[in-house]
Amino acid sequence: MPVLAEADLRLDAGPLDYALLAVYFVVVLGIGFLARRSVSTSLDFLLSGRSLPAWVTGLAFISANLGAIELLGMAANGAQYGMPTVHYYWIGAIPAMVFLGLVMMPFYYGSKVRSVPEFLRRRFGTGAHLVNAVSFAAAQVLIAGVNLYALASLLNLLLGWPIPLSVVIAAAIVLAYTTLGGLSAAIYNEVLQFFVIVAALLPLTLAALHKVGGWQGLVDKVTAGPGGAEQLSAYPATELTGFQNPVLSVIGIVFGLGFVLSFGYWTTNFAEVQRALSAKSMSAAKRTPIIGAYPKALIPAIIIIPGIIAAVVVPEVQALKAGDASSGVVYNNALPLLIRDLLPNGMLGIAITGLLASFMAGVAANVSSFNTVFTYDLWQDYVRKDRPDEYYLRVGRLATIGGTIVAIFTAFLAAGYGNIMDYIQALFSFFNAPLFATFILGMFWKRMSAAAGWAGLVAGTLGAVLVFVLAETGVLDLPGQGASFLGAGVAFVVDIVVSVAVTMVTRPVPQERLVGLVYSLTPKEDRKHSTTGEDAGWYRSPALLGGGVLVLTAVLNIIFG
Amino acid sequence: MARKAGLFDLRLVIAMLFAVYGVVLVVVGLGFTDEADLAKADGWNVNLWSGVGMLALAAVFAAWTALRPIVVPDDAEAESRRTS
Repeated sequence: MPVLAEADLRLDAGPLDYALLAVYFVVVLGIGFLARRSVSTSLDFLLSGRSLPAWVTGLAFISANLGAIELLGMAANGAQYGMPTVHYYWIGAIPAMVFLGLVMMPFYYGSKVRSVPEFLRRRFGTGAHLVNAVSFAAAQVLIAGVNLYALASLLNLLLGWPIPLSVVIAAAIVLAYTTLGGLSAAIYNEVLQFFVIVAALLPLTLAALHKVGGWQGLVDKVTAGPGGAEQLSAYPATELTGFQNPVLSVIGIVFGLGFVLSFGYWTTNFAEVQRALSAKSMSAAKRTPIIGAYPKALIPAIIIIPGIIAAVVVPEVQALKAGDASSGVVYNNALPLLIRDLLPNGMLGIAITGLLASFMAGVAANVSSFNTVFTYDLWQDYVRKDRPDEYYLRVGRLATIGGTIVAIFTAFLAAGYGNIMDYIQALFSFFNAPLFATFILGMFWKRMSAAAGWAGLVAGTLGAVLVFVLAETGVLDLPGQGASFLGAGVAFVVDIVVSVAVTMVTRPVPQERLVGLVYSLTPKEDRKHSTTGEDAGWYRSPALLGGGVLVLTAVLNIIFG
Repeated sequence: MARKAGLFDLRLVIAMLFAVYGVVLVVVGLGFTDEADLAKADGWNVNLWSGVGMLALAAVFAAWTALRPIVVPDDAEAESRRTS
């Protein structure tokens, strides 16, 4: 972090602001204590006893993703690239979320697996399971560390708290409520966090629009700025992808970001899928990602637009965009700078609370998915089998503590990286892109063999790493996000090719073991959800809700394209 | 017999948090806002209107909680045992 920017970024937080922040922390910890009462088994602790209503899991589903990287990174992309950033939402999330709900959830929820790696174990056996469980657990702890570090450096810049102190305080709060109340506490807090984040960003957006002279004022200022009118339309986003050719750029977005990266992330990332697995019925599980998709489609309005406005009203960001980086400000500071310039004491406290809430949402999601995979997929499967359930509940609690401690150390390791967004994207493309290929083949192609499961994953991951190395060393010249889109695409194709090739020369998995896991071997009634009781009503139909959000997204794409 | 869930309804927690935030912001917006604060957003009273919005959100959640209380079915415990 640049030392120069320190004094400039300091927020003028008063006692009132700290009081509002303190109220929030009291409520967060209170939820942890209250949720503790409902924890008596390991399934209660690690999967909320599969009892939550769909609106809760749905909001938690997107809140778990609304962490540090998301908020600051997307506002930064908005300031730097403008409107094309919406692709991360409309192309890069909505279709995959609907697909997860309608197509994949019947197998995840229907097979009663407790985690995404467990699905792989039952479908492909030990090889693929170990590859996925270990890489997922490692990635979650790593990302939790990145989130913690981002939180701490923000607290340091804004409020002047020392970085080590902020890391430990934030980790202690997340640890307190996740160890007490397990996934329920994490999920309830994620829902609360969602509303606090909106309560922080919506007034900020309105104040910023007021300041810039309404929508027309924004259009005029951006058109006159260094980015030009190109930054006001989502396509073809050549600046964002780094592909000069507009056709290639759109292909890169639709295939790389929209198909491979986003489907890999949303449909196989257990930190997300876990929220749906904790729903109380098949119908609620299917609706979880789809209910989350509605706010996901609309939330760019209060993340990206403030970023765009920051680039025309905040002097330091204006200067940075014109090519003058002497103030030491980076694009990731766009959102905090706008908060500094626009919000009076009072709302300032809510905004700080919202930022902190978002960081903790990210860390809690990482930690609460890590402990489940560690307990069920690593400890129970490979280290200590067949113990009584209390034993695994205790392991779950200890894994939460251990994971958080490792994350604190990773936070200090992460300090070396400047652009958090690129770093995380690279990680995602290593682990997630080949996963989707393996899942989709495994769910719909019963012939696919166990060896193909792990071979495809390993080959795909190596493919992504290769592209990353080529791009880092300058062999491939792709500025912007183009390299991670390409890496994800390569991982996907390599995974498919290797999986098919290996399947041809190895034995298939016996069919009787694949019931409930593969489309053609699962009876239709096992894939259907009930439509009675609390799942009744046309407005609770997953297909209808999913169609609705796709239409909404298409309309948004046309308006802002 | 079905019973209502006790104090811990998430909707009520959300309503209470935003009621507190809303009241504080409205009071600050009405009584403790000077020209310098207003000038930050070119004359728009951010605190007042954000506070009003949060009170509205709190009211919606309070009303939802009151109109559709959580009902815990009798067999809830048996059910959770079955799925685990």
